[in-house]
Amino acid sequence: MTAFTSLATAMVKGFLRDRMAVFFTFLFPLMFLVVFGLIFNGGGGDRTGVAVVGDGPVVTALEQAGVLELRRFDDPDAAERQVRDGDLPAAVVVRGHDVGVVYAASDQVASGTVVGIVSGVVDKANLAATGAPPTFSLRARSVEDASLKPIQFLAPGILSWAVSISGVSGAALTLAAWRKKQVLRRIRLAPVGPTTVLSSRVLVSVGTALVQGALFVGVALTPPFGLRLNGQWWLAVPLLVLGTTAFFAIGMLVGAFARTEESANGAANLLVMPMAFLSGSFFPLEDAPAWLRTVSNALPLRHMNDGMLDVLVRGKGVEALLLPSAVLLGFTLVVGFVAAKVFRWED
Amino acid sequence: MTGVRMPAVVAADIRKSYGELNAVDGVSFTVAEGEFFGILGPNGAGKTTTLEIVEGLRQADSGHVTLLGENPWPRNPALLPRIGVQLQASSFFEKLTAKEQLLTFGSLYGVGDTTAMEMLELVGLGDKADVREDRLSGGQRQRLSIACALVHDPDVVFLDEPTAALDPQARRNLWDVLREIQARGKTIVYTTHYLDEAEILCDRVAIMDRGRILAMDSPATLVRGLDAPTQVVLQRGAISTEQARAINGVEHAYEDDVSLTISTRKPAPVLSALAERGTLDGLQVRTATLEDVFLHLTGREYRA
Repeated sequence: MTAFTSLATAMVKGFLRDRMAVFFTFLFPLMFLVVFGLIFNGGGGDRTGVAVVGDGPVVTALEQAGVLELRRFDDPDAAERQVRDGDLPAAVVVRGHDVGVVYAASDQVASGTVVGIVSGVVDKANLAATGAPPTFSLRARSVEDASLKPIQFLAPGILSWAVSISGVSGAALTLAAWRKKQVLRRIRLAPVGPTTVLSSRVLVSVGTALVQGALFVGVALTPPFGLRLNGQWWLAVPLLVLGTTAFFAIGMLVGAFARTEESANGAANLLVMPMAFLSGSFFPLEDAPAWLRTVSNALPLRHMNDGMLDVLVRGKGVEALLLPSAVLLGFTLVVGFVAAKVFRWED
Repeated sequence: MTGVRMPAVVAADIRKSYGELNAVDGVSFTVAEGEFFGILGPNGAGKTTTLEIVEGLRQADSGHVTLLGENPWPRNPALLPRIGVQLQASSFFEKLTAKEQLLTFGSLYGVGDTTAMEMLELVGLGDKADVREDRLSGGQRQRLSIACALVHDPDVVFLDEPTAALDPQARRNLWDVLREIQARGKTIVYTTHYLDEAEILCDRVAIMDRGRILAMDSPATLVRGLDAPTQVVLQRGAISTEQARAINGVEHAYEDDVSLTISTRKPAPVLSALAERGTLDGLQVRTATLEDVFLHLTGREYRA
């Protein structure tokens, strides 16, 4: 084996035998994906529940509308209690021709929806009862819009975050640990150059990022999450590679200053966690203040996120890679250059 | 090579200071090919810094080093395959087995797998090939780290305190390994703070203290040159101190709670006189050691 491949092999073996490292690289982000995916998907897809007492054409029409999930109660008081307790946003009580709606004052959006739907159904029933033809007609159709289902947003975001944290900590931990244990010194006494050592570590990080991509996207594609890839999703591969090199460079900079693995790990998290929130890896930035969105443009993770979203789920092509690639490449070169300048073989 | 054999290592008046501290303060020595050379001294004497300058890991402030005829500083890639270095810390790759460590280090030098395995046998770790580095005992780790230094079959081997922090049994096992390495024709330069060990292993030693070499020669020559008296120790009460002082050749005799100690520069007549008196039971003879040489040179007790 050449020095390059054997160093890479040694690093892969060391990594795979380190259960904590494997957990934080693969399972921890996967847990984020599963938890966020299930929480947000559940909330978005559910129909609004309504307590219903009584029967008749209005209740049948409500059922057929398919927007509300009717829960039947025999006792009007029991139905109203559901609303008072905050379990349901509204209760519909039908006594003959009298339709009463009780709604929760707190949840104005949900109760407004219920009241609007019920009143629409009642108006329709009234109109049908008169036998008169409708004066106005309504045509409704759906169009595809740019807003995303939570999983469509989460999968690329969490993938970018996972790649950034393992890129930064992978480089920082290896450097700090190898310097502390004098492995770097020992390697320096062998006829191999620093380029060989670093490039083999980069190769391992890139491989890790590709496995992360396949794993997270693979899980997100399964039915409980329902991710749908669009267009040229494979354009994510160059983005994964460039993202890894950029975050690896940042990790090298961290590793140049960290004396122990613990401090390297802490610094990596301190750097990446806020960056992930500011870059919109977990939550969309649309509701964030304008200044914050401006700040986030200076972060490499923001651009990796955007690029991932564009090529994975928004169905954009190579043109969507231009800006993210340029930013990530720029970070790789500039930060990498600084890291090489401050690099130390030993304490 | 023809003509005069080149020395493996030449250090000429090397100096290195850190701020006010002169860690290495004008050190010169020569190590011949195939020689087992020890640098001894207490902690902080400047042994490791000296070794690092010779290995090319550190730049001397002044002075000159020639290693196998070449200058080791700045990092000299042509020289690196010909030297093997064991660092003070056991520097291993995380979570790899003994065999994997050797194969990885070997590949840095382009060495094949068979050589690597042979080194594992040499240091007596053949049966530990598949044990992870962090699960080896202290002595086994030291032997593995020596095997890693030897994996590319270097001409000169540098070992920095290979026997430090080992139990007596592990130290003796390691001595066998070191002798075996010398038997293969390697030049060994090693540091230790165990003077007794250096006396047993080394062809020549340099005794260092406070950045300087105080004395340099074969251990036997150093001890002999000291002209120190031999100590003969008897059980207390075997004979009286007066009787002891009366023996021809005895310089001093004094008693403590358990023994009577006699100093003499003529041990042979003293011992035969004692034999005549039938007082040889439990008798011990202590000749001077490198520790006495150190005491003589520095005026201080040797404390490692």
